[in-house]
Amino acid sequence: MVFLVFLGMVGIKILVVFSVVMIIVAWSTWLERRLLGAVQLRYGPMRVGFQGLLQPIADGIKSFMKEETLPENADKTLFILAPIISISTALTLLVVIPFGRPVTIMGTEMTMYLADLEIGILFVLGIATLGSYGAMLGGWSSGNKYGMIGGLRASAQMISYELSMALAVISIIMISGSLSLVGIVESQIEGLWNCLRQPLAFVLFFICGLAELNRTPFDLPEAEAELACGYNVEYSSMKFSLFFMAEYCHLFVFGALVTTLFLGGWHGPVLPGVVWFFIKTFGVIFFCIWERATFPRFRYDQLMALGWKVLLPLGLANIVITGLVMLV
Amino acid sequence: MNMQKVIRVSSRRQEKGKLIVPLLKGLVYTLKNLFSKKVTILYPEHRRAVSKRWRGLHRLKTDENGELKCVACGLCAVICPPEAIRMTPYEEDGGTRYPLEFFIDEIRCIYCGFCQEACPKDAIELTGVYDYVDYTRADLQFDIEKLKRPEDFIFKGK
Repeated sequence: MVFLVFLGMVGIKILVVFSVVMIIVAWSTWLERRLLGAVQLRYGPMRVGFQGLLQPIADGIKSFMKEETLPENADKTLFILAPIISISTALTLLVVIPFGRPVTIMGTEMTMYLADLEIGILFVLGIATLGSYGAMLGGWSSGNKYGMIGGLRASAQMISYELSMALAVISIIMISGSLSLVGIVESQIEGLWNCLRQPLAFVLFFICGLAELNRTPFDLPEAEAELACGYNVEYSSMKFSLFFMAEYCHLFVFGALVTTLFLGGWHGPVLPGVVWFFIKTFGVIFFCIWERATFPRFRYDQLMALGWKVLLPLGLANIVITGLVMLV
Repeated sequence: MNMQKVIRVSSRRQEKGKLIVPLLKGLVYTLKNLFSKKVTILYPEHRRAVSKRWRGLHRLKTDENGELKCVACGLCAVICPPEAIRMTPYEEDGGTRYPLEFFIDEIRCIYCGFCQEACPKDAIELTGVYDYVDYTRADLQFDIEKLKRPEDFIFKGK
């Protein structure tokens, strides 16, 4: 009986997290288009609903109605599997994200996360890397040259930046003394957020995160101008939307991770923890959109040079300095 | 001697460290753009004013009694280059002339404005209405009733 109640609780929590995140994912496409438009002195979607707010629904209906195509040269199994890998890994990451401090509802304590893994941050890094298989396999299996180059770029880029990202995270683990995301948030309880204690790691993590997300200035895998959309060029209909949902879901997860690791998670005065968490996450998402509207794309060799020659040594140096400071 | 200035690539490499300030400047610039006035005109609701001399949809003018000024002399139909105007004149016993029928084929019309210039009675003019749409060719054969009120054909969205 206790087990059943536990299962029910978990089920409800999964449903709530899933639907909230899906709504955020859908409307962050609207937010992105409106903000990009505003930066370029235009409006963006304005026609569907008040201020274009129903645009994501219209887009969803449209992509359901589109024809599903399967290229002749494609590796059929992998071609269908790739978007599924993309979206499922992106959604899996939501499991460990702590949305707020535990609250008590009707005498029972409700935790605001789905699972508090002992090795939460390792889990995140591992699953996030798996997500790049979606882009990689999708590009390769579609049997298209552009797609293949996009997939190649995705794999090379993600592998190089994964490393520096992990190094940035290690310094956080060192000062917080915990691998669990909840533990990391709780270690920032004195109001001294990790972005102040570890500014270099913060910048490194942010840059590497942008590269992991395939966002401008690191959007080489889907460089529209050169690759005609890159790894997802052969995808249509819902398979294409799955890639895009995965991308925006990753964006949300990235915002949540930056909030958790560097911006003090749910900590903040007056307002309840969940509200603070979402405010900070939206701040990060806003910055991602803002910098997308600002920066041009890297050249491929510049991207590699930045990853291996700048970020990696900086990450290592940061760990050494952190270690020395902790020793003293 | 060759006095051309030597550009040292190695010295330009050192400027790489100065890239961060321009990046931040770019961010400030886009943030300013974000809050500045948009240049887009949301078309059917807001529209850019056209020139007073714009040659758009025709209007058959009426006098203070609501009667057509046109005396059906046929000069406009004669001067019309694509022959878009056709009319049936009618003369009463007292000598008043007016058109029984007056058609302008708005598809054939090239909007040159010659009809306006040829008219001895200042009975026809070209208005600033430029965005009338319809579904069939027959709808765009404008008769007297339609030509009296060209403003009704401004596009207002769905």
